[in-house]
Amino acid sequence: MNAVVEARRNVRVTLRVNGEQTEVLFAPYKTLLEVLREEMNLTGTKHGCELGECGACAVLLDGVPVLSCLVLAIECEGRSIETVEGLARGSELHPLQAAFADLGGTQCGYCTPGILMTAKALLDKEPDPGRERIREAISGNLCRCTGYLQIYESIEEGARRMREEAK
Amino acid sequence: MMRLPWFRHHAPDTLAEAARILAGEGPNAMLIAGGTDLLPNMKRRHQSPSALISLARVEGLKNISNGSGGNGEMRLGAGLTLSDVVHCAAVREKYAGLYQAAAQVATTHLRNMGTLGGNLCLDTRCNYYNQNYEWRKAIDFCMKKDGDICWVATASKRCVAVSSTDTAPALIALGAKVRLFSATGEREVTVADLYNNDGMDYLTRRPDEILTSVLLPAASGWNSSYWKLRRRGAFDFPVLGVAAAVKTASDGTVEEARIALGAVASRPFLVEKAGGLLVGKALTDDAIAEAGALVASRAKPMDNADLDIYWRKGVVSSFVGYALREIRGDDMRVTRLRIARHAL
Amino acid sequence: MSTRKRFDVVGKPRRRVDGRSKVTGLTKFADDVVLPRMLHAKMLRSPHPHARIDAIDVSRAEQHPGVHLVLTGRDFPVSFGIMPVSQDEFPLAPERVRYVGDPVAAVIAKDEQTASEALDLIEVKYTPLQTIATPEEALAHPEARIHEYGEHGNIHRIQAYEFGDVEEALAKSDHVFEDLFFFQGNTHLPIEQHASVAAVDGEGKLTLWSSTQVPHYIHRALARALQVNAAHIRVIACPNGGGFGGKCDLHNHEIVVSRAAMRLGRPVKICLTREEVFYMHRGRHPVLMKFRTGVMNDGKITGMHLQTLLDGGGYGSYGAASTFYTGVLQPVSYELPRFKFDACRTFTNKPPCGPKRGHGTPQPRFGQEVQLDKIAEKLRIDPAELRLNMVAKPNSLTANWLRIGSIGLAECIRRVVDISGWKDKHRKLPEGRGLGLACGAYMSGAGLPIYWNKMPHSGVQLLLDRSGQVTVFCGATEIGQGSDDVLAAIVAEVLGIDAFDVRCVTGDTGLTPIDLGSYSSRVTVMMGNAAIQAAERLREVLAEAAAEHLEVSPERIVLAQGRAFLAEDPGRGISFRETVELAEAKHGTLGSVGSYSPPRAPARYKGGGVGPSPAYSYTACVVEVAVDAATGWITVPRVWIAHDIGRAINPVSVRGQVEGSVYMGLGEALMEEQVFRRLPPKLSGALVHKIPSLLEYKSLTSLDMPEVETVLIEDPDPNCPFGAKEVGQGPLLPVMPAVANAVWDAVGVRIDEVPITPDKVLRALERKAKGENPRVGPESFPAVPYPEPICVAPPWEGGDGNASKEKRKAPARKLEGMAAS
Ligand SMILES: Cc1cc2nc3c(=O)[nH]c(=O)nc-3n(C[C@H](O)[C@H](O)[C@H](O)COP(=O)(O)OP(=O)(O)OC[C@H]3O[C@@H](n4cnc5c(N)ncnc54)[C@H](O)[C@@H]3O)c2cc1C
Ligand code: SF4
Ligand code: FES
Ligand code: FES
Repeated sequence: MNAVVEARRNVRVTLRVNGEQTEVLFAPYKTLLEVLREEMNLTGTKHGCELGECGACAVLLDGVPVLSCLVLAIECEGRSIETVEGLARGSELHPLQAAFADLGGTQCGYCTPGILMTAKALLDKEPDPGRERIREAISGNLCRCTGYLQIYESIEEGARRMREEAK
Repeated sequence: MMRLPWFRHHAPDTLAEAARILAGEGPNAMLIAGGTDLLPNMKRRHQSPSALISLARVEGLKNISNGSGGNGEMRLGAGLTLSDVVHCAAVREKYAGLYQAAAQVATTHLRNMGTLGGNLCLDTRCNYYNQNYEWRKAIDFCMKKDGDICWVATASKRCVAVSSTDTAPALIALGAKVRLFSATGEREVTVADLYNNDGMDYLTRRPDEILTSVLLPAASGWNSSYWKLRRRGAFDFPVLGVAAAVKTASDGTVEEARIALGAVASRPFLVEKAGGLLVGKALTDDAIAEAGALVASRAKPMDNADLDIYWRKGVVSSFVGYALREIRGDDMRVTRLRIARHAL
Repeated sequence: MSTRKRFDVVGKPRRRVDGRSKVTGLTKFADDVVLPRMLHAKMLRSPHPHARIDAIDVSRAEQHPGVHLVLTGRDFPVSFGIMPVSQDEFPLAPERVRYVGDPVAAVIAKDEQTASEALDLIEVKYTPLQTIATPEEALAHPEARIHEYGEHGNIHRIQAYEFGDVEEALAKSDHVFEDLFFFQGNTHLPIEQHASVAAVDGEGKLTLWSSTQVPHYIHRALARALQVNAAHIRVIACPNGGGFGGKCDLHNHEIVVSRAAMRLGRPVKICLTREEVFYMHRGRHPVLMKFRTGVMNDGKITGMHLQTLLDGGGYGSYGAASTFYTGVLQPVSYELPRFKFDACRTFTNKPPCGPKRGHGTPQPRFGQEVQLDKIAEKLRIDPAELRLNMVAKPNSLTANWLRIGSIGLAECIRRVVDISGWKDKHRKLPEGRGLGLACGAYMSGAGLPIYWNKMPHSGVQLLLDRSGQVTVFCGATEIGQGSDDVLAAIVAEVLGIDAFDVRCVTGDTGLTPIDLGSYSSRVTVMMGNAAIQAAERLREVLAEAAAEHLEVSPERIVLAQGRAFLAEDPGRGISFRETVELAEAKHGTLGSVGSYSPPRAPARYKGGGVGPSPAYSYTACVVEVAVDAATGWITVPRVWIAHDIGRAINPVSVRGQVEGSVYMGLGEALMEEQVFRRLPPKLSGALVHKIPSLLEYKSLTSLDMPEVETVLIEDPDPNCPFGAKEVGQGPLLPVMPAVANAVWDAVGVRIDEVPITPDKVLRALERKAKGENPRVGPESFPAVPYPEPICVAPPWEGGDGNASKEKRKAPARKLEGMAAS
């Protein structure tokens, strides 16, 4: 099937965000970032450049961290999207969230959603990554506040708590 | 928020269909793979295609065939993400230079999105060009887009924007080829021949052609390495890329060698005489220094990227040294850590 | 202030009270505010660095489908500026643009895309004027004058102070060191781009949600700019996604969306692009400095003559204060018997500079600490010993009449020397590796507000109700530093409850008592003291009610762990909620207020208001570098830092501030620069920001960040809440000079400017190899027409804090271009 989208017409796409199917109507020039924030009111995903230069907009697409500011939302039909809003289980924080809150992994909190999602993807694959792996994994997320060290500690602690839970 | 302009969007499922749409749409259409180069460019209005033809769903572009022909060659689909390339064990083992290049592109997120094909077709870069429309208007534009002068070399007839792909020099050193597919046929060219030394017309690919795969020659006897200069451990494009591949006999004598440079011209290129210089010798410090000096003489960095140009030129021979010493088997881990800021 | 020794909340590492909303993405930053019927604004900006606006035609933009309103300078007749002395900005330039990026028009449309499209339809006719690109050009060309006000020509501010006869002191010194330094400009780069939403409520009153650090100042300035009764304006400071000083001015876009919302009766939002954030700037001034410092053979300083030249950019901003800050805090760390300080800020056609973390002080601190390293080298004294020998005395006055209270600098130095292994490594590491040490000092809040008044600097209000709910109201703004957490912690500590049981309502001029804002590291000290006062007042009421119920005297009641009980018999007590009920029954509705004003400063001379603070924080830092001799490539593997915090309210946050400062300091030391590109005037004449992007303006990634070992020195300062001094800015200061000094230790070259880039190191190494002065840095200091100094005798020379009437006879020494030492 060749889906041709005519100019200046909104498109209707079914997105699966945090496990929920939603039909969304939007202008086809919108990136996933814009659709999440502006059409779906999921403002937890942040933006600092919209050009791929900061990592604030990172979300998971089929479990892989990507920059939502450079993903065309029309290309997301049928794919699984995870945002920070989907991290907690009900009112219970994800262990990573709890660790970030406890250990100074978040200061202004603006880079936090992007880093949390990136870290989640890492831990889903590698439950016990070393410091070096963590440094590499979040090297595409700029944080201007923390100097990253408390972020590493938060991820390490989150990983530890997740392993505990898995036992 | 930086936003894309309006465009039409096609999402073909097959290569043939993609090629047909591309041919039909004409030069105003562009292919989009990962979009990590094209979308920022469109947001800044460098490129404003009226139609995008997405390669995301096109079948077959993500294939990896490893020595299936029995000749030790390897074929990588153009639609593989750079992360796919980095995580491919065979690439790591046999084509270290490609692995090192791919692993140093942009950031983990961008490597999860950006493709090998897109990396090879990356637009050239210049800090008079990679700016918003309003900024470019303030300098009265430049030759590459909307204007007529080149601010980097005001007397120049051509644009000297920099080729900034990391994988291309690595692939050139490895002697790789690419396959180009169009509605009218298919052809193969060496990666080196994919490029023109022209910041505007930087690809020899015709507008109706789709790059479908990269063919790597058999690796036996070869060792390769890639060293990238950039300010930070992530994000930054190369301001110098040195790729080397060397085939040595069991006694350590060089039988064949190729050194390629990236980010010091409008195309990545093979430094012609450098390989010949090493052939028949062992990779001694002297031979390495000699090759370094020769390669450095071919680097012509321009004042349109990060860091001081004289300095960038000045460090080329050191970077050639790092690459050749790594190939020789020296323990370069400390240097690698200092330059790349992570292990590779 | 509470005198209890044992704390339940203060000093304990805790989850910050706003941590949960940050990790769930629920924190509402300004761009997350979405209102029904909201419209979107975009601004058209000048493509010229300096030009007269001849005509603006907006008719085509107005016709564009989806456009609701187009505004130009005509809609904003009143100028504004954050400081009363510099009301030199217009929301949209009416007749003159002063830098590339200066806004000239705004479109309000149904969405951002439509607004952007309409911007293209606005036609502006400009007549370009001569561009002033640098302070040197500003001094050389009084015309074209960028502003009609200011000292003269393109000099915005120029001033000179002398505290004791410095020339005499230098003449009597064993050595006089003369050094030039340059500190390149850089910017805050919060990851959050500035955003604002304005809306008019049912009563016709305006509310502005904004990423601002200073809602009160914005409130005042906005009322003036819009000519609207301030009582009809409410400014809500959303939590900032990083501030660092970049959100301390009233910004053009805040006024524009406010006016638009009032005209249209619909909410209007704007969010700047990253490029526009670079144009808002208000960042670190580029400063050229000249130090002449007299030293005795034992390393003690006899006097210092500091001259600074600031590149201010196109508007005043906080520049009048920044100019002072390039010198006034020099005397608070080491004994400095005599001090002369000349400063000059020029206008140039670039985005305005203003306050960035450390506001004006990192530049001279860099010069001073590098010069001390040179002095130590020359006198063959260990740099740590040199400093330890002359640390300023606690409870003393400085030459310029600042009152120092507690000072933990010596302890900071000792600790970093200890943990870094300084004694075994400095001068002893193999070639290519080195250690550098430097120190810094910063204020815990500015002693004076930016507009003259006698009212408190911070106010806190507490509301208690019978459910046991405690709500604290304060105008302070959460910018990531943890001010809400400090506020809740202090109230919780005094009332004996958990910090999470305190509800914070902050940064809202419609609801909260005034706090001057999150700048100058003032919040913990000023808000904290006000909070203690408010909480103590309630505590008394509660203790009394509990005492009555338990039939004991109130002094015997302790409030802790959610209860009120007898000090000597903790089992006898009642719950906090019951206590509140009893108190409410007795007194009626329970509430209290507290406020804080800093102590009166001893300085009496004009200008003496800049620099005083209730307390100064101190930091010492050791940086290790590895430098490759062939390429000049610099790597920083490790940093050790000790900060004199007084007391850490929440050690997790404090460490975060220290590490974040090291992070930003390393950026400034190694790669960050706000630089401009000038094209040949006959071809384009442009003066553009070279790299207005997050990609090309280099901020360290996780892979570039070294390990940091942090030590907190806790010696409570009596002026501070529970003894807590500032930590948000001070720890940044020593980082840059420590890097420079480490490069010297590693390869024996001096880079007397920041950023310290590999090309500069290599150039210096080449000079060294040729036997030349192994230094890269400024070569000359231009002739600056500093005035005759205002002379103030230091305290130990019979002064009383006033300027002496008689001017010095000798004319100011004529300054010529002068080679560096
Ligand atoms: C912040 C940032 C940093 C970056 N750093 C680096 C870096 O360090 N090194 C580096 O090399 N790159 C870097 N990039 C660029 C980019 O991410 C990569 O080059 C990536 O591999 C591009 O692939 P893509 O699939 O996203 O390309 P796209 O953006 O989809 O396409 C790029 C170009 O190639 C064309 N194209 C794509 N696929 C094909 C095909 N199969 N056949 C023909 N034409 C095709 C497109 O039409 C377009 O012109 C960076 C990008 C960003 C935003
Ligand atoms: S090299 Fe010259 S023509 Fe090419 S993009 Fe840069 S300024 Fe423009
Ligand atoms: S918003 Fe900066 S990378 Fe997407
Ligand atoms: S916490 Fe502020 S940017 Fe990371």
